[in-house]
Amino acid sequence: MDKLIIEFSKYVLITLMVIYTLQSILIFAKRSEEAREFLFIRQNVVMFCLHFVAFMVLYLQMNQSQILFFYGEQALYLAATLIFFRHLYPKASKLAINNMCMLITIGFIMVTRLSYDQSVKQFQICVIGTVIALIVPWLISKLKFITKFAVVYAILGIGLLVAVAVMATVTNGAKLSLTIAGITLQPSEFVKIIYVFCIAGMLSKSTEFSQIVKTTILAAVHVLILVISTDLGSALIYFMTYLIMLYVATRDWKWLALGFGAFVVAAVAAYFLFAHVRVRVEIWKDPFSVYEGSGYQVAQALFAIAAGGWFGTGLYQGSPTEIPYVDQDFMFAAIAEEMGSIFCICTILICMSCFIMFVNIAMKMTKNFYRYVALGLACTYAIQVFLTIGGSMKMIPMTGVTLPFVSSGGSSMLSTLIMFSVIQGLYILRKDEDDSFEDEEYYEEPQNYR
Amino acid sequence: MKNIMKSRKTTDSTRRKGRDAQADPDEDYLDQDYDDYDNEEEERIRRIKNKGLVRVSYLMVALFLSMAGYLIYFNVVLRDDINNNQYNTKQSAYQEQIIRGNIYSADGNVLAQTDIAEDGTESRSYPYSNLFAHIVGYATNGKSGIESVHNYDLLSSHASILDQIREEKLDTKVQGDSLVLTLNTQLQQVCYDALGDNKGAIVVLEPSTGKVLAMVSKPDFDPNTIEQDWDALINDDSNSSLFNRALQGQYPPGSTFKILTTLEYIREHPDDYQNFNYTCNGSISKEDVRITCYEGEVHGYENLEQAFVHSCNGAFAQIGMEVNNDSYRKLCESFLFNKDLPIDLPSSQSLFRLSSNASYGEEMMTAIGQGETVVSPFEMALVAATVANGGTMMNPYYIDHIETYDGDIVKQYAPVKYKELMSEEEVDILSGFMKEVVTDGTARKISGEEYTAAGKTGSAEYGSEGGAEGTHSWFVGYLDAENPKLAISVIIEDGGSGSSSAVPAAKMVFDKWWYELQYQQ
Repeated sequence: MDKLIIEFSKYVLITLMVIYTLQSILIFAKRSEEAREFLFIRQNVVMFCLHFVAFMVLYLQMNQSQILFFYGEQALYLAATLIFFRHLYPKASKLAINNMCMLITIGFIMVTRLSYDQSVKQFQICVIGTVIALIVPWLISKLKFITKFAVVYAILGIGLLVAVAVMATVTNGAKLSLTIAGITLQPSEFVKIIYVFCIAGMLSKSTEFSQIVKTTILAAVHVLILVISTDLGSALIYFMTYLIMLYVATRDWKWLALGFGAFVVAAVAAYFLFAHVRVRVEIWKDPFSVYEGSGYQVAQALFAIAAGGWFGTGLYQGSPTEIPYVDQDFMFAAIAEEMGSIFCICTILICMSCFIMFVNIAMKMTKNFYRYVALGLACTYAIQVFLTIGGSMKMIPMTGVTLPFVSSGGSSMLSTLIMFSVIQGLYILRKDEDDSFEDEEYYEEPQNYR
Repeated sequence: MKNIMKSRKTTDSTRRKGRDAQADPDEDYLDQDYDDYDNEEEERIRRIKNKGLVRVSYLMVALFLSMAGYLIYFNVVLRDDINNNQYNTKQSAYQEQIIRGNIYSADGNVLAQTDIAEDGTESRSYPYSNLFAHIVGYATNGKSGIESVHNYDLLSSHASILDQIREEKLDTKVQGDSLVLTLNTQLQQVCYDALGDNKGAIVVLEPSTGKVLAMVSKPDFDPNTIEQDWDALINDDSNSSLFNRALQGQYPPGSTFKILTTLEYIREHPDDYQNFNYTCNGSISKEDVRITCYEGEVHGYENLEQAFVHSCNGAFAQIGMEVNNDSYRKLCESFLFNKDLPIDLPSSQSLFRLSSNASYGEEMMTAIGQGETVVSPFEMALVAATVANGGTMMNPYYIDHIETYDGDIVKQYAPVKYKELMSEEEVDILSGFMKEVVTDGTARKISGEEYTAAGKTGSAEYGSEGGAEGTHSWFVGYLDAENPKLAISVIIEDGGSGSSSAVPAAKMVFDKWWYELQYQQ
């Protein structure tokens, strides 16, 4: 009988996911606030249903009562997050909140399935992170002087990265994490946010040539330190984000072309200079030729995605734990194996919906600093999603970054929560401006944003 | 999002006209924060500034969609190969839940099945023993053939949910899906007998569909006793019985290659190929290379058809020096030389290595199917099938369908065109030549029956570094000349001339099919 329920639940989960995803795309076409509000509530209902069904399956498979308690705690957390955000910040973007909660829910389900112990830790960090995230928007809207300290951000960020490069412990062949007082952190996740603030601060001051040179040097220092720490994924995210921010600030495609040229040269140089870059490229070209060694991880990920097919094997019916470090770098492959590729395509579209929301907010900001911050954070998010999902499908070489909100990993969870709430802060800031200003126009004329 | 961007874009472009008219001084404002302006101005500047943002977000949205697109591509195109990958460990997990499925011939006989002893141990048995050894393969001591390539399909079950639940209750394993091949046991048997104790291979295809009807390679082995025989098989280099010569063998094609040489000549001389003439005095010399006709025969004056029918080496060496090497190579590559065969069983490439500045010697040797050219028997069967099918090569396939253990179809394979490679005129000319080879040429032994076949013989000389020398016997052709149903490729190692051993072997297959098997279908 269990088998029937699991088989059936598989399709229920996919259906719920498709409904949610369609809603988060359709939202952009709804005109009246009322219709939107209704859709947001429905999204929440769908999300809770999905969470419930998935945990029912997990309970049937694991047969441990603690799963039921854990489910209760998670459901409470999700409800609390939704309620607190809505009441503390009635002007926050509800779509971004919903998407955030949905991605966290997917993460809960998969991390619990992969390792119960890990998921308890992950949950604790998530709760703490959310408390912080609830304060951040208020800080952003009050502390208007944060626009002035580009140099401070640069010193802070570079300092942290240097600390990592010098003192970090080596995990999976890359220097990533610092252990302070028993807590292991991955600073590059947090520096990412400070870095965007730094670049935004520099570029909003002016876009004269000398300022661009200064900014470029600052960005290059960040990227180089990351390359030296062999954290290539982060290096790529920092670099691409800078390039895009520079292009938007100057509106000059020549910078983009120049930067892209530099990227190609650097990539070719890196290929010949660093053995670990060559290894990654070789794995990408044919993981099976080095199956016994470095190709094993990617090969297993491909087997997992292929085994899942469109509809997945069903929770606990596959063997995603065959993939080394599956809960961090290859979470996407695990989801593909057990939930199926349709579910995964929906996940990609939800991430896209988040990105579109962020850019939308960037477009509405009047102050350049805030515009660039929103854009920069949106880009780090999008590029990170691309690197990890593309990498686990072998669409591009693997760089070893996490899928925000979904992969296990405390630093990633915390920094993504902060990133989302910074953007919420910007959104609220803009809405406040609108209100204090008057202008009915922005509300009465929503077609401007559509 | 798209809507947002679209409307913005149109406003942008209308705005741009205005901006350009006012020239650039405006741009300076853009780098300032602009909350001091009145609303209309603010809106205008905002739009200009957002242009970059809109472009960047288009790029990023494309990135997201490309991921979704790649995942779709992965599922549609790459998935089967990865599931059947030799390293795939997911399959051993299935093995605990699923009984490996059966393999059937097109005429419904069991070729491979899983027997379950009373104590529940499973073993794989092959009722036809050696007959299908290479194509079906084995599943212990590693895997080969279909057992290897379609491992995933055999370990999948599309049995109905109800069955699966019932079996779960009874705590028994689910029966995996069955493969039904396109191969016919009786045709396979006659090919097997036709090869006798010789080393070699026979491939039979259905020209109109690309179905593999029979594929035999000798020496062979018994998959039932592969475990006991393993060490002997591995150590026996002189026979290499595990090697599937039909797909992996690389033989000099000998005169069978003249089919392609002739096609190239016709293609270069569409209107005056009839004017070709050559007077054969038994050999031809150019620079320091001397080419003789088989056994020193002297053919005298010949046109193209006579040269083809006599398989005159002198005439074809002459043609080899005349044709354009690049277009010759292109033609062969269109027939899959220097490429992987479109079949998922392990196969070797057939090679055509003539370069544009090759010497006369190389050109002459290549044109008569010696030199550096090598082919697999399967490749030559495809060439014959292409002529038989009016110039269209079909993708070869050997599985007709996959079904559940109780007979519901899971996946039906259908014929797929590979490419149209020859024009109608070219087919008419070549098939006429090939028919003449059978009625009045080197394959005369097939004539005098109710049917009329067409084909080309070959006597491929080889010399190895070890000093061994000999002649492989070839025949490629099809039955019957007017309405082709079978295309065949026969090679018998050290069989002497084509007519001495390959032609009689092909005749055995043709007779069996014509007088018996065709009425059973």
